[in-house]
Amino acid sequence: MEKVKTTLLVEDSPGDVRLTQEAFRDANGTLRLHVAVDGVEALSFLRREGVHGRAPRPDLIPLDLNLPRMDGREVLSVIKQDESLKTIPTVILTTSEAEVDIDAVYHLRANCYLVKPVEFDTFESLVKSISDFWLTLVRLPSQERARCQ
Amino acid sequence: MKKIVLLVEDSPGDVRLTQEAFRDADPQIDLRVAVDGVEAMAYLRREGAHIGASRPDFILLDLNLPKMDGREVLAHIKEDEDLKTIPTVILTTSDAEADVVTSYRLQANCYLSKPVQLEEFESLVKSINDFWLTRVKLPQQALGN
Repeated sequence: MEKVKTTLLVEDSPGDVRLTQEAFRDANGTLRLHVAVDGVEALSFLRREGVHGRAPRPDLIPLDLNLPRMDGREVLSVIKQDESLKTIPTVILTTSEAEVDIDAVYHLRANCYLVKPVEFDTFESLVKSISDFWLTLVRLPSQERARCQ
Repeated sequence: MKKIVLLVEDSPGDVRLTQEAFRDADPQIDLRVAVDGVEAMAYLRREGAHIGASRPDFILLDLNLPKMDGREVLAHIKEDEDLKTIPTVILTTSDAEADVVTSYRLQANCYLSKPVQLEEFESLVKSINDFWLTRVKLPQQALGN
C-alpha cells in the first residue's frame, strides 16, 4: 500500500497558498499538505517546537524565497546544514528568475529551483509536475524514526 | 542553448537505452557518457583526454560503477566548490533504503530507481527530461568554462 505523502509548503502569499493547495489536491488526492507562512514557522514545524510538537516530518518542502521574518534562503541554509533535516528534498518555488538567485540557491543545496508561472493553468501544470515527479517517481528517504539532536 | 547531460553508466545496454530515450524525448540534448567513476571525475575536472570538456548542465549517475563507485563520485561532486551546484540525479538499480539515505546525505538532488521494463524506462527518461531539463531552472554555466 502506497504510503501517504506529506508536504510542507512554505509560502506567505495567501493567494498562492490557496492555488497551490488546490493544484496539489487535484494532482494527488491523498497528499497531506501543511503550510507555514514564514521562515520562522517553517523551522518551528520542522523542529517540532511549541504548537508543532506533533508535526509530521514532510516528504517534500516547496519553499518560496521571499518570506517575512526569515528569508527563504536562510530557511534553506538551516535545513541543509541540519543533520536530521538535510535529506528532505527542498524545492524552491518562487517568482524570481534572477540568475544570482538561482545560483545562490543551488550553492545552498536546494534540490531544484522552479519559477512560479503567472498564468493559472501553467501554475497548476507545474504543481502537477512537482507532485508527479517528486511524490510518485522519486525514491524519497524514508521517515527517520530517531530524532537526531 | 543545447543542454549537456553527463550520463555515468557502465552497462552498455543501459547506455544505449538511455541515449535512445533521450533522443526520443529531445534530440537537442547533448548526452556525454562516462563508463566508470574515474572517467566521470576526469571529465568533470577536464583532465587528461577531457581537457576542454564542456561542463554538463545535469548529471545522471549510477551507483554501481567500476574503478570508482558512484557514491564516491557523488561525494566528490558535492564537495567540490566548482561542481557541487550541478544537479546530480542518481539513476540506479538499487532500491535499498541504505543507498537512498546515503545518496541524499551526500546531497544527491534526487534518487530514481531504474525500471526493469523497457517502456517504463523510456517513460522515466522522458519524465527526467520534462522535469529537470525543461521545467527546472538549472544553474548557469560557471564563468571561465
